[in-house]
Amino acid sequence: MKKLEERIFKFLMIGSTALILSLLLYILYIILMKGLPSLSWEMISQIPSGGFYLGKEGGILNAIMGSLYLIFFSVLISLCISVPVVMYLNFTLRRKSKLAAIARLTFDVLFGIPSIVYGAFGFTVMIYFGLQASLFGGIIAITLLIIPVMIRSIDEVAILIPNELIEATKSLGATNYETIKVVTRQLLPGISTAVLLSIGRGIGDAATVLFTAGYTDSIPSSLLQPTASLPLAIFFQLSSPIEEVQNRAYSAALVLTIIILILSFSARYFSRRLSKNKI
Amino acid sequence: MEILTETLIKVQPKQTRSSKPGCDKPHIEVEKLNLYIQDNHILKNISLSIPDKSITCIIGPSGCGKTTLLRTFNRLHDDNVDVRITGKLFVDCEDIYAKDAEVTHIRKKMGLLAQRPCSLPMSILDNVVYGPRLHGIRGKHKLHEIAYHQLSAVGLWDEVKDRLKSPASKLSIGQQQRLCLARGLAVEPDIILGDEATSALDPISSKTIEELFVSLKDKYTIVLVTHTLRQAKRIADYVAFMYMGELIEFGTADQVFNNPKHKLTQEYISGGFS
Ligand SMILES: Nc1ncnc2c1ncn2[C@@H]1O[C@H](COP(=O)(O)OP(=O)(O)OP(=O)(O)O)[C@@H](O)[C@H]1O
Ligand SMILES: [Mg+2]
Repeated sequence: MKKLEERIFKFLMIGSTALILSLLLYILYIILMKGLPSLSWEMISQIPSGGFYLGKEGGILNAIMGSLYLIFFSVLISLCISVPVVMYLNFTLRRKSKLAAIARLTFDVLFGIPSIVYGAFGFTVMIYFGLQASLFGGIIAITLLIIPVMIRSIDEVAILIPNELIEATKSLGATNYETIKVVTRQLLPGISTAVLLSIGRGIGDAATVLFTAGYTDSIPSSLLQPTASLPLAIFFQLSSPIEEVQNRAYSAALVLTIIILILSFSARYFSRRLSKNKI
Repeated sequence: MEILTETLIKVQPKQTRSSKPGCDKPHIEVEKLNLYIQDNHILKNISLSIPDKSITCIIGPSGCGKTTLLRTFNRLHDDNVDVRITGKLFVDCEDIYAKDAEVTHIRKKMGLLAQRPCSLPMSILDNVVYGPRLHGIRGKHKLHEIAYHQLSAVGLWDEVKDRLKSPASKLSIGQQQRLCLARGLAVEPDIILGDEATSALDPISSKTIEELFVSLKDKYTIVLVTHTLRQAKRIADYVAFMYMGELIEFGTADQVFNNPKHKLTQEYISGGFS
């Protein structure tokens, strides 16, 4: 009986792993098959020319740069907000305080809110301030979208930092700020995971930027100009009836995937190097 | 490193405590101390005088408030908003719970040794000089001197001198505990507080630590919480026996162990309860 149970569970585990893996491989396969043929240097080095969306020459550099700008600034801003918030939750408030519990619940709820809602919210706020769809608006909307992810994943690591460590530094006469400096190093792995997750969530999201960042064929040169982004480039091209344009959507998807992979691996690499040196 | 070791011999040993002029109180004096956590009365009207340059052991059954009392000496309850403290606690005649008392200054006077060693996430060297650096001591040479001196004092120098730059977490638990002691000593405290500082260690490491305490007591005032009566018998000069948040008896080790005045003390010492 025990043996059978064990077998069933083993089967289930292997089965679900295989299912996920094959799905992933299938997605990659589709993107590669459909996207690779139309992926060219021109595609990633030029902005769309007049008839790009009818199948003429040009590329998606506008969307690539737009997405990079959007994700870079929103990850930066949300890091600047999330790290202090986590510090406050864990080291200034006591770990089990009510306020901290309420804050954590709030972040969990915010985490669950669909991205289109963030987009709509950002849009309303922008209208209120009389702003138009712009790089700035997109950055703010994505920042809102990824802050909960970031806070929760840094918090997960911060919670594991033993109280004794905090007390050990304090008993040597360290102030709150000096204690936090020691502890921050322990947070590095959490921060790198947080950055990874937020890049993943932020860069691939079409709904948040749809109203807030807009879409344009040029690369934005100021914060107040609208900007294109890869998810929207995929979306618009895929809805075209022309097959060539549709295939370009797949190559845009391929570019997006490659960007995410590069960013993920480099973030992981740097965090590993950092933690190896210090701890 | 070699050159350094030679030039280091002239490092002076720690000056013994010069009691503040005009201070005629014992080193630590607790006056009618009460501590409440939320509505629970944890420490009840404790008055206690801890003399300097001796080992005072706090003993008592589990949950009687030993840890809580020890932490009040270092103001480690400060971050807990549920804790309320009344009464006075003088260190060198300075009331450390007075409004104008400065907490880092007070903590600098004491080195705390926790139950389990907690090395900071940095190298062995950085661990030892963390405190001195905080308090403004700069210069590689000077910091090395401090490290050499304090690591020697805890008998760790020979074991770690070739790997001062490697992470402290790589040391064994016993070594880490000695490192923590060295780290505490490096801020030049007058007082060492230990909360069951040997309970996570193997017998040999804990014997080393015990011997260290004994060798340090002519320079420091040492207050130890201990669970093992035998340890208290081995090293204590003074013993405080606590029960249910009250200080039942305080006296020299000889008097408390051989001639306890109180019935509860007698029972506890003879192993009546634990
Ligand atoms: N943060 C806290 N909140 C509520 N009660 C607490 C807290 N810390 C300690 N207490 C209570 O205070 C009392 C004394 O605890 P303390 O840790 O000082 O005991 P102890 O003598 O050190 O025990 P042990 O020998 O088991 O370490 C206990 O009844 C404990 O439940
Ligand atoms: Mg205790």
